[in-house]
Amino acid sequence: MASSSTFSRALGVAFAALIAGAAPVLAADDPAAIIRIGSLYEPQNLDNTAGAGQGINEAFNDNVYEALYRLNDDGSVAPALAAEHSVSADGLTHTFKLQPNVKFHSGAALTSADVKYSIERVVAEASKSSRKKSLAGIEAIETPDDLTVVIKLKAKSISLPYNLSYVWIVSDKAGDITGKEDGTGPYKLADWKRGSALSLEAFDAYWGAKPANGGATFSYFTDASALNNALLTNAVDVITSVQSPDALALFEDPTAFTIAEGKSTTKEIMAYNDRVAPFNDVKVRKALARAVDKKKLLEAIWGDRGTVLGSFVPPTDPWYEDLTSVDAYDPASAKELLKEAGFEKGFAFTLETPNYDPHPIVAEFLKAELAKVGVTVNIHVITANEWYTKVYQAKDFQATLQEHVNHRDIVFYGNPDFYWGYDNPKVTELINAAETSDTDEEQAAKLREANKLIAEDAASNWLYLYPQLVVSSTKVAHYPVNGLNAQFFLRGITKSE
Amino acid sequence: MGRYLLRRTFVLALSLVAAGLVLFVLLRLLPGDPAAALLSVGADDAQIAAARAEVGSDQPLLIQLGIFLSDLARFNLGTSFVSNAPVLPEIGARLTVTLPLTFAAFLLAILIAVPLGIIAAVKSHRWYGALISAVSQFGIAVPVFWIGIMLVWIVAVKWRLLPASGFPIKGWATFGEAFRALILPVVTVALVMSASLLRYVRAAVLDVLGADYLRNARALGASYPQALIRHGIRNASVPVISILGIELASTLLGAVVVERVFALPGLGSMLLLGIQQRDYPSVQGVLLISTLLVLLIGFAADVVQRLIDPRLRDKGGEA
Repeated sequence: MASSSTFSRALGVAFAALIAGAAPVLAADDPAAIIRIGSLYEPQNLDNTAGAGQGINEAFNDNVYEALYRLNDDGSVAPALAAEHSVSADGLTHTFKLQPNVKFHSGAALTSADVKYSIERVVAEASKSSRKKSLAGIEAIETPDDLTVVIKLKAKSISLPYNLSYVWIVSDKAGDITGKEDGTGPYKLADWKRGSALSLEAFDAYWGAKPANGGATFSYFTDASALNNALLTNAVDVITSVQSPDALALFEDPTAFTIAEGKSTTKEIMAYNDRVAPFNDVKVRKALARAVDKKKLLEAIWGDRGTVLGSFVPPTDPWYEDLTSVDAYDPASAKELLKEAGFEKGFAFTLETPNYDPHPIVAEFLKAELAKVGVTVNIHVITANEWYTKVYQAKDFQATLQEHVNHRDIVFYGNPDFYWGYDNPKVTELINAAETSDTDEEQAAKLREANKLIAEDAASNWLYLYPQLVVSSTKVAHYPVNGLNAQFFLRGITKSE
Repeated sequence: MGRYLLRRTFVLALSLVAAGLVLFVLLRLLPGDPAAALLSVGADDAQIAAARAEVGSDQPLLIQLGIFLSDLARFNLGTSFVSNAPVLPEIGARLTVTLPLTFAAFLLAILIAVPLGIIAAVKSHRWYGALISAVSQFGIAVPVFWIGIMLVWIVAVKWRLLPASGFPIKGWATFGEAFRALILPVVTVALVMSASLLRYVRAAVLDVLGADYLRNARALGASYPQALIRHGIRNASVPVISILGIELASTLLGAVVVERVFALPGLGSMLLLGIQQRDYPSVQGVLLISTLLVLLIGFAADVVQRLIDPRLRDKGGEA
């Protein structure tokens, strides 16, 4: 007995030695490694309040610039530069204590004045930030001492920490940051060549934990096959989003590549102009929702990936609920509803379709599906720029296809002036009331109720949620897979020899 | 020659202004607002108005034209609506990719097309002369992106010999990397360019082969190769040079496709992005500079032809 246990122990030690000896050969993470990233989203400038596009969020959010709060990859909100947060009894005064000993890349210390400056940049008149409106409820920002920020609100706002996760904290001496940066993040900008690449290097004086790598290079591509080739030829380590399922066949060797499927917030929808006939009739909208076999559409476009949608809320939003059964595929009842609405012989409408993938294919699919219930779709192909001016600004359309990328954007349905013109006072009231909730649970409950009403009204035709596909070499690990708000957190990514 | 140069310079300046006016009008005929590229879904009316004021798309067309022309007169190509950066230095940076790509491809194409074209003409009755002709015919029919994709697939993806795409972030400061990045694009462009060039060289040489002066030279005792090199090639090169000018110019403008396939930060990709974003200053700047380059190439071709053929020089005064 004794001898056998000695033997097994000796064997164990031998095994451990063998593994320990082999481990560095198998995978030694190199803390100085540069992570090479391939992306389709090139930033147009370096300032996210100057109309820079999603590329700058991908490269800079939480990497170069930090905010008071961070939107984690799982959708939760966690403190970043905010060390403490307290709210007054009436909910109108929020007091934040800042992390001490935080340095900007320029060497200056972070103070409450920088935070005030940064928030005011986002809400300034010239700001092009899409989040400007969500911070419009701020009445005043006070800075009683260097590490305390007091935000006074006009009305209660439970989403304040979440909304602050969009506000980069910029040094108040930075000036114009469309071509340079001064953040507090774990990386600083090393080089930027417009049209080609952007590189970041680890910042030695970072206040938090040291990142697991030495930096990153983002290489930008306009052509998806050039991007895929870069990964195939080992010119990049990871590509942040794969836009076509056909490309996945290139990366099917599991010893060389890892395909990660995360949860996206990108919803492909057919939005109607709910103000105009026949789309002002809920029966027509419900009929069209039931006439489209979304499962078949999703399979045609994305194979077995992605999610069929029953409403505008993606699963990473705290108020998600599966509402696919509200207007499930049922062409017979679709015909019935059309008859009730007075369109027994059907009708014709024009569908404004952006000219880039996947919209034109989706449009053809919808045309075929709706023809089966007697509805004729006239496809009108337009550019992204025309979409913005004709559909979004002028609201001059009957129906359109579009992808909506943001999370927590159910609030658009609470705004009757929004391009799709959905107007249900009860929904507007619920969405406004949710914002002044005292607890997260209360907020979620109200938004769930609003979401249900929107789904029952078939306000738009929600088709499917894109899969979020990140493909990498097997040498890199620990990268974010969901990419909420187009973020790509670098600090945890490891790369082995 | 002096008066000739002066007149050419004047014509060049006039052409540039005319091109600028045409561009200005054509760009503004496109549907869509340049301010839209700066905004995203969720922007309110105030933000839209502010963005329009910033790019000047809320101004009447004549005012916009006035600003454009006065900027142009001061060699100022303006500031990009989207990146906020001045357009001219950006074009300069992009030219460090596009010019080496174009000229290297041009030289390589000449190296391929001229000897092969001469062989195809002189040996047109032999099987290899006919083969060269047939292959060049095929080369003309094949689109440049297809050759690019095939080269990437075989040389970069299968054999791992050269990078498939991209350009080093430090540019020519890392010479070796930049050089390697351009090899496949250069070969791609050169192959396509040499195919059509070869046809012209072959036709020009076939023309002179039947000419009297070649027979005379031989009658005076020159061997066939001697006569061909001393008289034939020189005469054949005059029409070929104007074709070379046109080929060089069209390669410069056609770089869009190859830059996209190889993800190169050149002039072509700047133009493409500019058009997508209705970034008028970028598009106008790129097209004006390319127009200038094309005019200069045509000018250079003219001068070289005059140097080769004295008859053209004499006519130059009056023409």
